Amino acid sequence: MDIHEYQAKEILSGYGIKIAEGGLAYSPEDAVQRAREIGGHVWAVKAQIHSGARGKAGGIKICKTHDEVEAAAEALLGKRLVTHQTGPAGKVCNRLYIEAGTDIAKEIYFCFLVDRCAERIVMVGSAQGGMDIEELAQTNPEAITKIYIEPAVGLQDYQAREMAFKLGFDAEIISHAVKTIKGCYRALRDLDANMLEINPLVVTKNNELVALDAKMGFDENALFRQLKISELRDKTQEDPRETAAADRGLSYVGLDGDIGCMINGAGLAMATMDMIKLAGGEPANFLDVGGGASAERTEKAFRLVLADQNVKAMLVNIFAGINRCDWIAEGVVQAVRKIDMKVPLIVRLSGTNVEEGQRIIRESGLPIITAETLAEAAEKAVQARNEVAARLSAA
Amino acid sequence: MAILINENTRIIVQGFTGKIGSFHAQDMINYGSNVVGGVTPGKGGQTHLGLPVFNTVKEAVEATGAEASIVFVPPAFAADSIMEAADAGIKYCVSITDGIPTQDMMTVKNFLRRFPVEQRMILTGPNCAGTISPGRAMLGIMPGHIYMQGNVGIVGRSGTLGYEAADQLKRLGLGISTSVGIGGDPINGSSHRDILEHFENDPETKIVIMIGEIGGPQEVEAGIWAKANMTKPVVAYIAGLTAPEGRRMGHAGAIISSAGESAAEKVAMLQELGVIISPTPSAMGQTVADVLAKM
Repeated sequence: MDIHEYQAKEILSGYGIKIAEGGLAYSPEDAVQRAREIGGHVWAVKAQIHSGARGKAGGIKICKTHDEVEAAAEALLGKRLVTHQTGPAGKVCNRLYIEAGTDIAKEIYFCFLVDRCAERIVMVGSAQGGMDIEELAQTNPEAITKIYIEPAVGLQDYQAREMAFKLGFDAEIISHAVKTIKGCYRALRDLDANMLEINPLVVTKNNELVALDAKMGFDENALFRQLKISELRDKTQEDPRETAAADRGLSYVGLDGDIGCMINGAGLAMATMDMIKLAGGEPANFLDVGGGASAERTEKAFRLVLADQNVKAMLVNIFAGINRCDWIAEGVVQAVRKIDMKVPLIVRLSGTNVEEGQRIIRESGLPIITAETLAEAAEKAVQARNEVAARLSAA
Repeated sequence: MAILINENTRIIVQGFTGKIGSFHAQDMINYGSNVVGGVTPGKGGQTHLGLPVFNTVKEAVEATGAEASIVFVPPAFAADSIMEAADAGIKYCVSITDGIPTQDMMTVKNFLRRFPVEQRMILTGPNCAGTISPGRAMLGIMPGHIYMQGNVGIVGRSGTLGYEAADQLKRLGLGISTSVGIGGDPINGSSHRDILEHFENDPETKIVIMIGEIGGPQEVEAGIWAKANMTKPVVAYIAGLTAPEGRRMGHAGAIISSAGESAAEKVAMLQELGVIISPTPSAMGQTVADVLAKM
């Protein structure tokens, strides 16, 4: 789960990390009011969306007068910002963070993240801040310092010092840098974050260390014990279909294709989508209905898939283990009868009680296309989709 | 032979008396697994499914000589249960539990490394379907009847995609020595590489199919290890060709977050390492059969 910059800064400030003075605004009037409260002559008006690279997308505006602050706020509020991290749909900006301008002497990249390969937390830093770190890793890997943290003992002072010296801080602010690094680590550990990025961490002209941006991502599996963090969830930053699915206990990811899918198990779901692609089609979604696919759950899943207006055919692929094919078949038949389905449905069942399941589908009298194998199911789905598409373009 | 478990392996169930634990314990017993008891703190001394219940894993091991355990404990307490099993001298543990916090798994892995290698508990999962040595023992939640006994080793992240592979092999008359689910989480007990090593050392396994997916470097690491150390052929299928970057596809670990983690990149790297690629998910069985026919 991601949170906004202003939320991450509020958290980090509590861990002793210095941030520039700032405040939240929901309207242009708010924005001007915040600028007045902050004082000074330069402000940054920053769009709060769950994405990095906001600057490049025009989401951060530097303003020198209150009128400029107002105009920037007007331009940003309600706007959809598209960055390379948001996908083509972009993310809507409903909140602004107004921040005092900072005199930057030096920009640094700094982050902590869980390295799944090393099974440890790794601290990553580069004296070349403000840049895209992935790009830097490709073009100039020597410019990046990585230090792994032993989970049993945690981050040690010498490691924080080593990082601080590598980042090129002068002796005067080394102890502040160590304090900042240790504060970040404690925040990550205490709050079950799996990512904490400060890009850039800046040295000001007064030789102070300030977190100019902050990004935190949290382990969804740990939210049960991080109730304060779960309250920070901003559903406006999520795909509404995915949020609706998650509320129903289904795992759904919306995609750009037009063949809707309902499958049990994440791996089989990805494999079925691959098969659709190999057969010449494009999946409209990823949907894992999980182990206990009851009739009620099946109906919910159908409604979710068919809510996508692009869907021209729907493929159901269930390998029943704990589930039984006859239960699934009954759920499917019930769902089709209840929902007025306007697109062809292809069903492939396998595993426990498969004959019984197939019989139920056959004897239902519904126009359900059945398939024996994964390949056959995908081919039939693509064929059905093509027929619908041809009919639509003829009409 | 088979790997990790056989008909003699003495098994205990952690989270034995819960609804899910009870259901699958009964299923494992019906399959013929040698389940000798279970653990539910506070219910020690009771009898459940005709077997003794213990308060701690230590007591269960002392009383029954248990060597393997399966964890059905809820996510908030699962890491603790796994460490309890390791400390009590359990040799092999499967964690079915889905949703264990990543930092808890880091602690578990670190805890396991404190034991000398020869005493270190092997862990598979979490968030997996378990392990089955067909005809011998099942330590998991899979439908046992779809697996035929034979000489193909299966290792994979996904439960149902593993069933799909077993089913395709069965239709071709090919059986399985052992099928191991390593789970869909970013940090898991055993990697693809670890399981390949077990299969390489098992005389009954002639060929291995590795079923991977997007996210993380594990499949390629396994390929590198196999190229240097394996005498047996490895077939692989990597799911997630259509998965967009930066989106989590169901499994906590199935996300393309850096270079080399997409299905296409993994396939290209594995091919270079001499791993035989199943071009589609419906060709997993046939690809194995073709390689076996040439051996």
